[in-house]
Amino acid sequence: MTGPADLAAALDAQDYLADDGVATAAYLALTMHRPLFVEGDAGVGKTALAQALAGALEAPLIRLQCYEGIDAAQALYDWDFPRQLLHLRAAEAAGKGDDADKLEHELYSRRFLIARPLLQAIETDPCVLLVDEVDRADDEFEAFLLEVLSEFSVSIPELGTVRATNPPVVVVTSNRTREVHDALKRRCLYHWVEHPTFDREVAIVRRRFPTATARLVDEVATAVQQLRKGDLLKPPGVAETLDWTDALLALGATRLDEDTATRTLGAVLKYREDHERVEQQLGGLAGMLAGAANAW
Amino acid sequence: MPGEPPTTYDAADSVVGLARTLRAAGVDAGPERVHAMVQALARLDPGRRDDVYWAGRLTLCAGVDDIDRYDRVFAAYFGDRPRTLIRRRGLPAAQLRLVQAADAIDGPGTGDEEADNDTSVAATASRTEVLRHRDIASLSASDRAAMHRLLAAFRLRGDMRRSRRTRPAHRGTVDARRTLRHLMQAGGEPVRPAHRDRRERPRRVVLLVDVSGSMSSYADALLRFAHAASHRDRGPATEVFTIGTRLTRVTRELAHRDPDVALKAIAASIPDWSGGTRLGSLVKEFLDVWGQRGMARGAIAVVLSDGWERGDVTLLGDQMARLHRLAHRVVWANPRAGRPGFAPLAAGMAAALPNVDDFVSGHSVAALERLAQLVAGVRTDPRAGKRAEVTYA
Repeated sequence: MTGPADLAAALDAQDYLADDGVATAAYLALTMHRPLFVEGDAGVGKTALAQALAGALEAPLIRLQCYEGIDAAQALYDWDFPRQLLHLRAAEAAGKGDDADKLEHELYSRRFLIARPLLQAIETDPCVLLVDEVDRADDEFEAFLLEVLSEFSVSIPELGTVRATNPPVVVVTSNRTREVHDALKRRCLYHWVEHPTFDREVAIVRRRFPTATARLVDEVATAVQQLRKGDLLKPPGVAETLDWTDALLALGATRLDEDTATRTLGAVLKYREDHERVEQQLGGLAGMLAGAANAW
Repeated sequence: MPGEPPTTYDAADSVVGLARTLRAAGVDAGPERVHAMVQALARLDPGRRDDVYWAGRLTLCAGVDDIDRYDRVFAAYFGDRPRTLIRRRGLPAAQLRLVQAADAIDGPGTGDEEADNDTSVAATASRTEVLRHRDIASLSASDRAAMHRLLAAFRLRGDMRRSRRTRPAHRGTVDARRTLRHLMQAGGEPVRPAHRDRRERPRRVVLLVDVSGSMSSYADALLRFAHAASHRDRGPATEVFTIGTRLTRVTRELAHRDPDVALKAIAASIPDWSGGTRLGSLVKEFLDVWGQRGMARGAIAVVLSDGWERGDVTLLGDQMARLHRLAHRVVWANPRAGRPGFAPLAAGMAAALPNVDDFVSGHSVAALERLAQLVAGVRTDPRAGKRAEVTYA
């Protein structure tokens, strides 16, 4: 790959329509061997970027979903205690339990080590490592992650050090529920993903649902773009646009009229207050759709 | 570079200059980031404006707040006249200080002359005790210094909650890994099962400090309180925001250990010092940008304000209801509540009260101590009602 444009084309082949910013960010992450830290509203395609990147590079995607309380045993590696125990008893039963050194060596060998996502990513070459929603993990975990991401090596006391031959491509996503520590961000390239423009959103929906009529896609995209301007508790992301189109297609709609829109609005707006606000501020669905329909 | 037209600049020089301008605009673009941008440019086409833009934005910015500043600085720096913005941003050299209140209100034994004679421990102690209960707005300059020392000793700790992390314990669920490890040490013979239990962590505390004109005599002390509160030993950091005519996150500014340095940094970063109040829309902004994403979830939200609202009062009521649904507890500290005969009559205050779990005063060091206890989940007076409770110091 010689530039961001090449990568954008490769992502396009994976049905991920990257704009200039995303393409440049991903290209630099690949060539500079730095993790890419992606922030943005929920549903703008942060996780999808990592999936598309894995597809474009023909590398497996290894995903580490963060949550509160996640620790090294769940992120890095763990010993398979039940199997070790079975092995121990089996060795005893076979009368081979005398040589303690040899037995211990066997117990702490690679076959009893369970590789969790981070160790998997270090051992797999090439691969794309997705550290999803890092803001959900607590700050102790962040420090640990920082260590792994800067060295790409893991030292296992019983086994030795495992080092990545080529550092994996790392995508770290955050929903910004809290500020991630500066030290972690400093290691990364930072990209803030915006909601797509109207044209790009239409292109994304068309790509995903080729059977949808042009009119339906246009009207859905217009409506969603209007909803985003409408000061809602949770403005819909691209994921919601796709859900909505999917719901409309399931009902066999070829255009967005008030009846089908009302019945499927739950796919876009997930707060009661937001439904009320659409009624009050946007002049109801009818008013909102009138603008979209006028174009046709 | 000889032979090239004078309009092209050396890339490294331009990057360093851009970063310096960014730093002046408040973006933390350190040497490591500058180095990253040079590396990024080497992989892109430095002749293309777009490539330079993205190389800088991806490496120099660390948050969405930075991007707005970056866009402005970039446009100015690489605009027609690249030198105009290199000057430091014209920050007002504002010093935070309390409005000097009339010294006539000073009680006996608090004047400067007597302070020199206060050699016995008992006298000093009683002086401190008086100071603890004095209204902050009525303090003289020397008392203020003493109060600052009192405030600096504060620790604000959130109520404990059970975390998802576990620790070895005598009771609780069976710890399979540890039990098996014991089994292996015993050569596979059954041993007593090991247990583990959930750890406890303090909850996150979010402080919203009103710095509008009506609060000017308290704002300095409240921010010092916030400074002391944000320096706690463990657990998630206390988040501090100032509200006035706009919302400013000052957690980063408060990170400096020295309260005076931290307060100076805040003075430089908040543009709405002693302005009006738009409580409702600012609480909404806080919830939209930070709170609903997770900062307010399960946290203890403390609003330090007198409840004077210039904007729509129903909006404040709605947003407080939203905050109340997200947060574990909502505490409102109103310095004016310490005045004898106070009733929460300010329209904003009345609208907010139904969604406030604890209502306290915040006018003196003692009152702030009580606030800190409330936040830590200690109820000093078990008979006190849960809601709309006014304390007189």
